[in-house]
Amino acid sequence: MATSKRTRADDEYEHYEAVVVGCGPGGAAAAARFADHGVETLVLERGPEAGSKNVSGGLIYAEESAPYTIDDLFENFREEASERPVTDYEIHNISGNKVKTYDLTDLHEHDTEWCDAVLRRPMDSWLEQRVHEKTSETGGGVLTDVRVDGLLRENGEIVGVTCDELDPITADIVVAADGVNSELARDAGLMDWEDPDEWFQGVKATVEMDAETIADRFGIDDDEGVAHLFSGDLFDDVRGGGFLYTNEDSLSIGTVFHLDSLVAEQAEPHELLDSLLTHPLLAQWFRDEYHEREYAAKLVPDSKKVAHREPYRDRLVLVGDAAGQMQAQGPIIKGMNHAVSAGALAADAYVVSRGNADPESVGRRYTKMLERSGTMEKLRPRRYDLARTVGEHDAVANAVDRVLESPIGSVAIGNPLSKRAMKLAYNSPFLVSMLPDTATGYVTLPSIIGEEHGRTIHWDNEIEPPSLEERIGELTYDTDVGNPHIHLRDDSAEASGAAVYACPVSAEDFGGGCYRSETVRANGSEETLVSLDTQPCVECGTCAVVADTDWEHPRGGKGVEFREG
Amino acid sequence: MRSVVLTKGVPDFSEGAVSFDEDGHLERGKTPTVMNPNDEVALGAALQTKVRHGGHVTGVSMGPPGYASVLEEAMESVYADDSYLLSDRELAASDTWATAITLCSGLEKYQEEIADIDLVFAGFKTADGETGQTGPQTAWALEWPIVTHVLALDIDPDERVLRAKRLVEGDIDEIETVEAPLPCVVIADPEFSPTYRTASHRLTHKRLRTETQARAADHEDHLTTWNHEDLNLDPDYIGLDGSPTIVSSVDPIPKAPSERDATMIEPGDEDGMGQVLEELGAYAGGD
Repeated sequence: MATSKRTRADDEYEHYEAVVVGCGPGGAAAAARFADHGVETLVLERGPEAGSKNVSGGLIYAEESAPYTIDDLFENFREEASERPVTDYEIHNISGNKVKTYDLTDLHEHDTEWCDAVLRRPMDSWLEQRVHEKTSETGGGVLTDVRVDGLLRENGEIVGVTCDELDPITADIVVAADGVNSELARDAGLMDWEDPDEWFQGVKATVEMDAETIADRFGIDDDEGVAHLFSGDLFDDVRGGGFLYTNEDSLSIGTVFHLDSLVAEQAEPHELLDSLLTHPLLAQWFRDEYHEREYAAKLVPDSKKVAHREPYRDRLVLVGDAAGQMQAQGPIIKGMNHAVSAGALAADAYVVSRGNADPESVGRRYTKMLERSGTMEKLRPRRYDLARTVGEHDAVANAVDRVLESPIGSVAIGNPLSKRAMKLAYNSPFLVSMLPDTATGYVTLPSIIGEEHGRTIHWDNEIEPPSLEERIGELTYDTDVGNPHIHLRDDSAEASGAAVYACPVSAEDFGGGCYRSETVRANGSEETLVSLDTQPCVECGTCAVVADTDWEHPRGGKGVEFREG
Repeated sequence: MRSVVLTKGVPDFSEGAVSFDEDGHLERGKTPTVMNPNDEVALGAALQTKVRHGGHVTGVSMGPPGYASVLEEAMESVYADDSYLLSDRELAASDTWATAITLCSGLEKYQEEIADIDLVFAGFKTADGETGQTGPQTAWALEWPIVTHVLALDIDPDERVLRAKRLVEGDIDEIETVEAPLPCVVIADPEFSPTYRTASHRLTHKRLRTETQARAADHEDHLTTWNHEDLNLDPDYIGLDGSPTIVSSVDPIPKAPSERDATMIEPGDEDGMGQVLEELGAYAGGD
């Protein structure tokens, strides 16, 4: 028989006890916990399959101190959904062709129960199956191809969600796990896209390499994997770094930069990625063979600045990227693990508060649980707030840089004692959490370390990464023809020109990207305008921050579809 | 709600699959059989009914044993519960009349032995015969009401009535809303598209899909074949002998004569290419 749903008194909309928006790790964890508690749970995912919209570096951590880890919630996660464990962790400080490598295993292993490389399409689609099985048992399930486009309000209070593909749905609790560009968090006024300095942007290439070759080139067994980080002058003065992780039969190689720095330096993200890919250091692993499976990009919130301290409003709670819960612990980025903790805690908070007439009792409880579990302190360390006021002050930063770059500074860092001290400093979770977000940590220090301590690399790296046009050509899109999801509000170069280079699928003098500059002659004067074609969009959200746009996700199932993630 | 969907196998007219002989006649032996494209619309209407109201859907076809594959395809797309194939040499070369009589007998046997039927769905017309008659003639034989050109369908199981929007084409296209009592025959218009605007309908849809995939994998276990004896049909009234219409001849439509002369020039032919440029030069605009 058909299910006859319980509806509201006014008999207008379908009602579910819990609605979870997004089936990434945060949404999956929330839904799994709801189902464990017997809560009727509907999960709405806008991709054609969970993971098709997701990108991460990506390493997923299970922290010893975390309230929940993903394998607590999903049995056999590591066997069935992740790639290789990280058994070797190194950072390479680069100055030209000179490289000094430090072993970062101590930092990596601090508070780490395990850590695996993951690819998000296989991982999240696996989670989707498990979540659907679990939530089906309590009267709900997972629906894909459904985009939640806003909050349903009754007398000004949030009571549910509205969707492109479905009639509005009411719920006792709405969990927004809809990612870094969460439309729900913005609808609720809890997050914005204002300041580039609150964001990182990452781009990544998934590179083909069979298991045998990985074993040979990295000197590891089938059950081992490596993580390499890269920093120094190979990215010019853009603040950020690169990474390389080994998957079962591919490599994840990418770069992550502060968005404000990308804008200030007018850097092209795909060219910075190419700087890493073509650096001589990487030749030892490629040996002139390079086949890129997928090019992808993602905006990353800097939790130190944006993790919401009270991520709720009415019946709505935010988890994961939607709440800015992405921790950059020095060079190590932890996001998925915190999303898992937050999702599970949100579900627990609901169950504990069930029956309380005040709709915000769940949010308050969730906030408390984030604090008591230590999750919030990791995301927004109090000592960072203290250090930041001094460290990021331009005058201080410049002075420090000048000293470091002077002969005395270089010698100081270059002496044998500081060699040990530097490695220790890199491996101190306390120190790295205090590193200010200036070029000092990202460029100056690593370059000097590389210059003073490094060995010169004599390999030639002769690989040719694909052009941006080829990269876009390899991506899969289901374009919503005639219904673009981004509208340019101001097409002047001042307001939106930054998107032409900061957008990972646009470039100056490239006509096939999202954003292009055009010179328009009118009435004898010349003007540079920005135009937009959303077809190649990878839905990262960069332009929402650096340009003046009306930004929405495409309709359910439409837009880019990542195969690797 | 118990529905039956009538479906038929037709030659696959898609490019690359279809095969014609030198005279332009279809080569049936070389052209694979697929489900009639319009039947997919009927299946969509039946599926919408099943998702919204629950119940049972049966796929029914008349044709050679090979049509079992068409019913299997139908099961996969409509998430049908079982299939019935009316198949017998005596049924060969039936026209629409004889086919309708046979289908009607099959449906009556189904009602006697299995269950009462509420709705019979059929496609607008087949891709090979293009008559659009079999559905209406079956309704006539069953003595049931029929609603054709259905764009949207709403069923009230308690009142045992269906409300349908139908497309009435004319100088101005109109959409009229009609009501009919159950049981009833519904002919879906090619423009029919099922809608699932609630989460519970979509979840049901998803559950049915999973269940059906398992079922379609063992399609033979869910297929029943009835011959003319099972249907208690007199061979004089079925097949070729029972068909009042005879297709006396099929004439391929001759290709329209070309209106312009064409000159073929090989790319390597320099003189020829020069001539092309000369000819086109007259049409080149601008500077």
